[in-house]
Amino acid sequence: MRDVAIIGVKNTKFGELWDRSFRDVVVEAGVGAVSDAGVVGDKIDAMFVGNMSGGQFVEQEHIGALIADYSGLAKDIHVPSTRVEAACASGGLALRQGIYSVASGMDDIVIAAGAEKMTDVPSAKASSALAAAADREWEGIMGATFPGLYAMIAKMHMHKYGTTSEQLAEVAVKNHFNGQHNPIAQYKSQITVESVLKSIMVADPLHIFDCSPITDGASAVVLAPADVAHEYTDTPIYIKATAQASDTIALHDRRDITTLDASVVAGRRAYEMAKMGPKDIQLVEVHDCFTIAEICAIEDLGFAKKGEGGIVTQNGETAIGGRIPVNTSGGLKSCGHPVGATGVKQAIEIVEQLRGEAGKRQVDGAEIGMTHNVGGSGATAVVHILSRNR
Amino acid sequence: MIIMSVPRFWRKQVARYNLVGTHCKKCDEYFYPPRNMCPACRREGEIEDYKFSGKGEVVTYTVIHAAAEGFENQTPYVLGIIKLEEGPSLTSQIICKPETVQMGMKVKPVFRKLGQDGEQGMIYYGTKFVPE
Amino acid sequence: MSVGIVSYGAYVPQYRIKIEEIARVWGDDAEILKSGLMVFEKSVPDVDEDAATIAVEAARAAVLRSGIDAQRIGAVYTGSESHPYAVKPTSTIVAEATGATPVLTAADFEFACKAGTAAVQACMGLVSSGMIDLGLAIGADVAQGAPGDALEYTAAAGGVAYIIGNKESELTAIIEDTYSFTTDTPDFWRREGMPYPEHGGRFTGEPGYFKHVTNAAKGLMAKMDTKPTDYDYAVFHQPNGKFPTRAASMLGFTKEQIKPGLVVPRLGNTYSGSCMMGIAATLDQAKPGDRIFATAFGSGAGGDAFSITVTDKIEEIRDKAPKVEELLENPIYMDYAQYARHKGKIKIA
Repeated sequence: MRDVAIIGVKNTKFGELWDRSFRDVVVEAGVGAVSDAGVVGDKIDAMFVGNMSGGQFVEQEHIGALIADYSGLAKDIHVPSTRVEAACASGGLALRQGIYSVASGMDDIVIAAGAEKMTDVPSAKASSALAAAADREWEGIMGATFPGLYAMIAKMHMHKYGTTSEQLAEVAVKNHFNGQHNPIAQYKSQITVESVLKSIMVADPLHIFDCSPITDGASAVVLAPADVAHEYTDTPIYIKATAQASDTIALHDRRDITTLDASVVAGRRAYEMAKMGPKDIQLVEVHDCFTIAEICAIEDLGFAKKGEGGIVTQNGETAIGGRIPVNTSGGLKSCGHPVGATGVKQAIEIVEQLRGEAGKRQVDGAEIGMTHNVGGSGATAVVHILSRNR
Repeated sequence: MIIMSVPRFWRKQVARYNLVGTHCKKCDEYFYPPRNMCPACRREGEIEDYKFSGKGEVVTYTVIHAAAEGFENQTPYVLGIIKLEEGPSLTSQIICKPETVQMGMKVKPVFRKLGQDGEQGMIYYGTKFVPE
Repeated sequence: MSVGIVSYGAYVPQYRIKIEEIARVWGDDAEILKSGLMVFEKSVPDVDEDAATIAVEAARAAVLRSGIDAQRIGAVYTGSESHPYAVKPTSTIVAEATGATPVLTAADFEFACKAGTAAVQACMGLVSSGMIDLGLAIGADVAQGAPGDALEYTAAAGGVAYIIGNKESELTAIIEDTYSFTTDTPDFWRREGMPYPEHGGRFTGEPGYFKHVTNAAKGLMAKMDTKPTDYDYAVFHQPNGKFPTRAASMLGFTKEQIKPGLVVPRLGNTYSGSCMMGIAATLDQAKPGDRIFATAFGSGAGGDAFSITVTDKIEEIRDKAPKVEELLENPIYMDYAQYARHKGKIKIA
């Protein structure tokens, strides 16, 4: 197995991109990443793209070929292009597949991208498409929504550990604070605990400001064997671990409602692969599709004791400058959540931080960072550890 | 509008109407929703149909204000995870005043409309729960 | 050979609306309405209840009450004027949800408010002929009444199921005989595809209700050579409180005889469930040996009269399922806006 490095990155703007189509955003991210890496098209050996639901959002399947085509990689050079799907973890999984292909020695220069165009359908339809990441036959048909499933996790967390609505709100407040300094972020406005608690209730105890938005956007990274990474960039970022775990598709079948076992196991596998522990991680991008999800994530990944995620957040330990900065990009909450793109965007945030290019979001001296991407209510988790040093 | 095709719903209709799940004779685990393969014994398992008593209790719950598509006329509605007395858990609406639902509350099944495919399509019936 | 009721089960939704609340919306005088109709409140279905869910709940209660094996049921007939599907039986839903499928015959009945008793008669015939072991006959409705129409004050939701059999040892009540009186009388109807019924106003009274109820009742008593004093209880179709009270007095029954089965003041008119609910409420308190006289009425029009004798079995099974009185307890009252939402009078998409 070869070591793998990220040599180029690009996010599009995240938000309601009314004048941009699905293929527009993908091409922008892909071309941007390739030019950031300084590679040329015919050097690209393969492409993997994370996309949750082109079928439902833009009635387009066969996403891999479409993207290769509109990136100019199909005609003449016929680059293999593969769509990867694991609901909201599609992006993280596309990155993982790209790492596999380079690490195996089958390919050298590989693009790992993610994209979703969610605003071409009414928001009710978008919510319905997202609900397909849960168990349609045994959750969806009963009236379950995604906020509803995470609300049941939150209720249980509150009941078991005394977590409060204020602590949930602190997650959103922090992530909006971080997002204001991220040029691609969907929401740069600042919110307060009070404004979160006063916002419309979506699924008790989750208010609308506890929820990530519906977003268009795309992200892409270029991967290369670590041995040649310096030929392309002065600051390659090395993949120290890639890990993935599955759990039951339905929340009701979980061992413990307040723990995403897939996160715990993917985290453990990543730590083992990198020969590291939570204390070695200097910043982490976690999957905060809802505020409770960030609290569970920092517990499940070992950054807080089980049940103390809320307190740790309230104490400012997860803020930039805190013990373990979480979601410096603004997270899904403020930066936006184009579901297929999110996992790749998380890696780009870590790359920018480790390169020292994160501007006002910069975590001083950051050398090792982690990403955590979740599909559904926790049926898939993908964790990566990235480092400045090989 | 709830989108589930007629054959897809019908296939598990009896399971939905009458809380029929499965039971692995080998390891004595019960499954609802039904599973055709025992996740514990895998290929070695021996699966048979099993009709659940319907007695259960609320594990966790939420009150949904922003409805799923097709459920708009039911808001606010209580959604919960119910643990059946035989062991397995399922997701269901709980028919009660939102302010009265509690964790650990004992519930029993009732026969209700889950939804419908618009004004002209199929009506989906199934099991919800009420406080016992 | 005897034929009769093996078991029975009733279901009434939890919600109620008071006459005052409906009258408030239409600017009517609630006191005049209440004394005129002898109805004070009516049941309202939940947003996820319809005639099929109500029929299932009633049928399950009937199966539960007697503890019979549902596989013995050879016929399911559901009478309603609010079948959820115009084409596709309610009865197959009931049969599947009670565990009676697949070896049985099933069909939906419609004869305005007496479709349920017509189903009882059909089951009596099938059971008596030996074609089936047990029959399940149901009357269930989420009764329709147009906003502002007089019917809106009474159109209610509820259902009752009877398991009909002929094994002497299993009978809770013997149906000694039945007699029907039917003519073509357009006093009340609902055309295909229309949401609310139309009615002939006062024409529904003398030429409709009273003519058919009294002729059916008199016909049965003449056939059996019985008289009102031979009966402990009497039940008549109850579109309101006034009609059955007047029919009883026209036929020579007393107020005491009809009192236990007069459920309409707190329930409203459950259409196909109406008379059958009255019989169920009476069975809930009858003693072994008591005789019940019942006459259902269906617009269009016809009357079905029944003469029933309660057996010792009643004491054994009565408490094993909710009684009508229990179903009427602890209602949740709603205002007209909530009622309109529950009844689908507010359209969402």
